[in-house]
Amino acid sequence: MNGGRKPSGGGRGRGAAGAAGAAGAAGKDGQRRPMFRRRKVCKFCSDKIDDINYKDTKLLLPFVPERAKILPRRISGTCAMHQRKLRTAIMRARQLALIPYTAE
Amino acid sequence: MNRKYELVYVVSPDATEAQIAELATQVEGIVQRLGGTLEKTENWGRRKLAYEIGRHKEATYILDVINGSGELMKEIDRRLKVFDLVIRHLVVRVDEHEGVIDRQKSRRTETSRRRRIARGLPPDRAPGEGQRGEPDDDRDDRFDMGLEDVR
Ligand SMILES: [Zn+2]
Repeated sequence: MNGGRKPSGGGRGRGAAGAAGAAGAAGKDGQRRPMFRRRKVCKFCSDKIDDINYKDTKLLLPFVPERAKILPRRISGTCAMHQRKLRTAIMRARQLALIPYTAE
Repeated sequence: MNRKYELVYVVSPDATEAQIAELATQVEGIVQRLGGTLEKTENWGRRKLAYEIGRHKEATYILDVINGSGELMKEIDRRLKVFDLVIRHLVVRVDEHEGVIDRQKSRRTETSRRRRIARGLPPDRAPGEGQRGEPDDDRDDRFDMGLEDVR
């Protein structure tokens, strides 16, 4: 759902900043890119990815951080439907040793 | 009942070319015997395993797309389990899933056409007319890897 697409507006704010906004404003040492926070939108919805395929390890790997468990929704922002598909694809890919189960 | 499946089997690096070919022949034999068809077969070659299996660090991957019955796939599953050279395999039914994806795609196309018409634009995007979202730096680029080869 791409409701608020504005060509100008400089990006940043995007509503949901809420509580994080205050803390974020303090980081004035030019170090943008706080660890997460930025994009709390489902990647698959916004990029219109319908097929989450177990063979597509490049797509899956960013959701398996530290090469361990699946990135939880509350962090990745993935919607419930896509998280389910993601989980299935990751489990299949793991079974075939296309992606790892754990850090060594 | 004809359904579509993907079979991926992972072959030990100890297997010779001839043994891999023999495995493929056996799978094809089962498919034919049980009334299915092998739509395509793809050898991904020798790849590094994401984790060691037994003492193996790499293996050969083969993907078959098979049209056939559930019984056929059960038989293949049974047979692959007893081949020592096959260190992993996976059977996935894909026809239902593909149907869902097609429906999602056409629904999306419909919606976008309706919106474009409502905005007084031609229903289909001209080539080069912006795709997915605004490309400003608000996107989280840590997720950008590999988008281009998404099917
Ligand atoms: Zn989603």
